[in-house]
Amino acid sequence: MQDLAVLFKGNNFQRLLGGLGVTLKLSLLSVALSIALGLAVGALMTLKNPVVRAFFRLWLETVRIVPQLVLLFLVYFGLAKAFNIQITGETAAVAVFTFWGAGEMGDLVRGAITSIPAHQRESSAALGLTRGQCWRFVLLPQAARRLVPQAINLATRMIKTTSLVMLIGVVEVLKVGSQIIDAARYDAPQGAIWVYAAVFFMYFIACWPISLVAGRLEKRWTA
Amino acid sequence: MGNAPILEVKNLSKHFDGTGVLKDVSFAMNEGEVIVVVGPSGCGKSTLLRCINGLEHPDGGEILLDGKRIDSGANLVEVRRQIGMVFQSYDLFPHMDVLGNLTLGPVQALKRPRLEVEAEAEKALARVGLADRARALPRQLSGGQKQRVALVRAMLMHPRLLLLDEITAALDPEMVREVLNVVLDLARDGMTMLIVTHEMRFAEAVADRVMFLEGGVVLESAKPSEFFHNPRSERARQFLNTFEFDAVK
Repeated sequence: MQDLAVLFKGNNFQRLLGGLGVTLKLSLLSVALSIALGLAVGALMTLKNPVVRAFFRLWLETVRIVPQLVLLFLVYFGLAKAFNIQITGETAAVAVFTFWGAGEMGDLVRGAITSIPAHQRESSAALGLTRGQCWRFVLLPQAARRLVPQAINLATRMIKTTSLVMLIGVVEVLKVGSQIIDAARYDAPQGAIWVYAAVFFMYFIACWPISLVAGRLEKRWTA
Repeated sequence: MGNAPILEVKNLSKHFDGTGVLKDVSFAMNEGEVIVVVGPSGCGKSTLLRCINGLEHPDGGEILLDGKRIDSGANLVEVRRQIGMVFQSYDLFPHMDVLGNLTLGPVQALKRPRLEVEAEAEKALARVGLADRARALPRQLSGGQKQRVALVRAMLMHPRLLLLDEITAALDPEMVREVLNVVLDLARDGMTMLIVTHEMRFAEAVADRVMFLEGGVVLESAKPSEFFHNPRSERARQFLNTFEFDAVK
């Protein structure tokens, strides 16, 4: 129990918070880019053009099949080795998570749009609404209601998965945690459990409010 | 409008995958006239209605609304603002309350002031017995209530012509009457309507003229008293007999 003190020794706790800041920065940047790109990708995925369809199918299968860690290594080490392109670990991380997130988000958007029954489009057309008005007032609001809970679920998955970026040298919350544990190996051998507990708690604090919002929106829209 | 017909359908034809669904259909409708289209399933009734407001593009012939040709291009939005349509399935917008459903068309398509439309919508709801449901969501309504709202929604566009596509087919029997009563009221008020229905007694009550459609062809077009009691074609007689249970005994 006395090893709990390792958390607050020196500026350890501040360092952990700094690491959490890096985690959140990478996550929020990737999530924001994924949502913006995903909306466009999803709209394109609803097109019937076979070439477009095949392209997005391939993209989606790639991000689903290849582990995110492999993608991170491929971009961070692969680019440097094959093309001598040097990018920072953070850039590589945002690039990989956006590649993943935009593909997944696109598929969610596609699903949300195609799940709206055809007669919704027809009855808005029969009311004399233009195509633009139909999207704005009828299709998109309904798509958003289906989309938001799933998009939030994806966002929390992305936040958690950023823990992998410590393996390409980015010092985020988990990496700071293991640095603290390593430094305190002799003074506080039981410190690891407390440091990891703190990291767990930080992820929880980051993701829980998002889940709460998702739950609340879902309730409001289906009540 | 004088004696010029509101709607003229001339030699209309429509194919799906090479099968003729409508073959050379022609008729005209005058202001205030109610035509009921009857016929067996798959005879082309719904396709006819869908062609008239451009949800399907005809393969041949033409459709004129107030003498102006309806084509698939730019004037389609304009035409649909003058033709109301109510479908079989509940086609209300589920994310909007009743008032939102009612005002969307007039406010967005016709650019009328929202407050004015809301006042009119509430009056119209009261007329169909739904005064207290203005803020309800569609899923909180019964099937019959939804279809009454759908009728009011179409009427608030003040259409020249109303198309009703089997609007009671998905309803429980006790709800059919409350919906059809609204349609009868509209007919009394002089609304021009083209109605597809399987409710034969309602058809007889509401129609000025009955069109019997079979295999995409208009086999008969007659006053309801003639059609229902003295059909000319053998096919129409057979069709009407399917609604008579004592004929089986």
